Amino acid sequence: MERHFDEQLIILKNALIKMSTLSEAMISDAIQVVCNRDTSAIPAIREHEEEVNRLQIEIDGICLRLIALYQPAAGDLRFILGAVKTNGDLERMADLSINICDKAEQLMTEPSIEPLTTSLPDMAALASQMVKESLHAYVNRSADRARAVLLRDDQLDDMNRRITADLLALMKKDAGIITRALNLLLIARNLERIGDHATNIAENAIFVVKGLDVRHHHE
Amino acid sequence: MNASSIQTPPRMTVQNLDLFYGDFQALQKVDLLVQANQITALIGPSGCGKSTLLRCLNRMNDLIPSVKVTGEVLLDTQSIYGSGMDVCQLRKRVGMVFQRPNPFPLSVWDNVTFGLRVAGISRKAQLQEIVERSLRAAWLWDQLKDQLNSPALALPMDQQQRLCVARLLAVEPEVILMDEPCSALDPIATGKIEDLMIELREHYTIVIVTHNMQQAARISDLSGYMLLGDMIEFGPTATIFTNPTDKRTQDYISGRYG
Repeated sequence: MERHFDEQLIILKNALIKMSTLSEAMISDAIQVVCNRDTSAIPAIREHEEEVNRLQIEIDGICLRLIALYQPAAGDLRFILGAVKTNGDLERMADLSINICDKAEQLMTEPSIEPLTTSLPDMAALASQMVKESLHAYVNRSADRARAVLLRDDQLDDMNRRITADLLALMKKDAGIITRALNLLLIARNLERIGDHATNIAENAIFVVKGLDVRHHHE
Repeated sequence: MNASSIQTPPRMTVQNLDLFYGDFQALQKVDLLVQANQITALIGPSGCGKSTLLRCLNRMNDLIPSVKVTGEVLLDTQSIYGSGMDVCQLRKRVGMVFQRPNPFPLSVWDNVTFGLRVAGISRKAQLQEIVERSLRAAWLWDQLKDQLNSPALALPMDQQQRLCVARLLAVEPEVILMDEPCSALDPIATGKIEDLMIELREHYTIVIVTHNMQQAARISDLSGYMLLGDMIEFGPTATIFTNPTDKRTQDYISGRYG
């Protein structure tokens, strides 16, 4: 029954790719809202989140049926178990992008803190790229691409630390910006969390390809 | 799985069916809807009545003298136990594939054309066309087109079983009943028959009895779980295998019974 099962696996892969594409777009769109101080894109971002939520339920349903009906083994079993986890990570990323939109709406009520908005797009671009790469590594079963994502997470963490330090320095100088600075700090924090979820997906990919659990540096 | 098309009118309807072998009641008030172009699987432990139910669908049980059947079995809207039903015609429309491949001890060609010649078709060109079409549909044409005169009994088991399917397809049935069609086959041959069934679903309605729960899970759209002559639960296969409503179904499909 290889053939029919494989068709079902392709349906699962396509649903994951669709969900990932939406999550990536949400990250860059949310950061555009922050940097351009233009909230007009927020309704579309929220619509994307609803679609992501719908896909999360659909993908879990597909995985449940695949396990119950086909008793997958070995690599296929790892792929399906990993898909359930990846599904959760993609959904959380979409939530984090919504958090960024919420913070953007609060930032809009006061003048901008200029220097910071230059490093956030870089951070968002890296996070978004990590999501894309991790998902590609997952569906194409590429351990090499997955390992590249793991390395990028350190870069993202560094960027987050720099932004945090810069904001702390600004807050010490001018208490009047604390509310705005905290919101920006949380936005950077959300991007850093998105990177962690992409890292989870990359670790799932390595588990699928190699059967190795590299979480918590156990390799 | 393709359970979304359950809303189509049933090809066969079983209502309130009781069946006795002498004093022994083998089926009790069984209901079943067989949907067109779907694979319906009957599962359950040995002796639960699933083969008996299958054999009611083309009156194969009539061949056993002590059998008494009450209740209703409809093919489309026509009662198959009604007085107007020609049993030969019924078995042509509702054909059966058995547990062990049972080709006639004749050539491949003679096996496929047997039913046609009984029906009075003798024109060579027409027979030729039907043989090719039937063997193609059973995925045998490429292997057997150059050995149509070879003895069927010399073929490997899975080809024999597919030849039995081709023999059935030659007389253009509407419903195909399969009674454990893979139990004499190894896993590779089983896979071929399962693929064939999924392919045939486009044009035919299939009811399969299987001991192999995983087979029912893999290939069927709808499943019925039977126990001691009762239809315990019937529904979309994905539901039966992920969220059955009856505890007895749950116990059976999770390997705690039988």
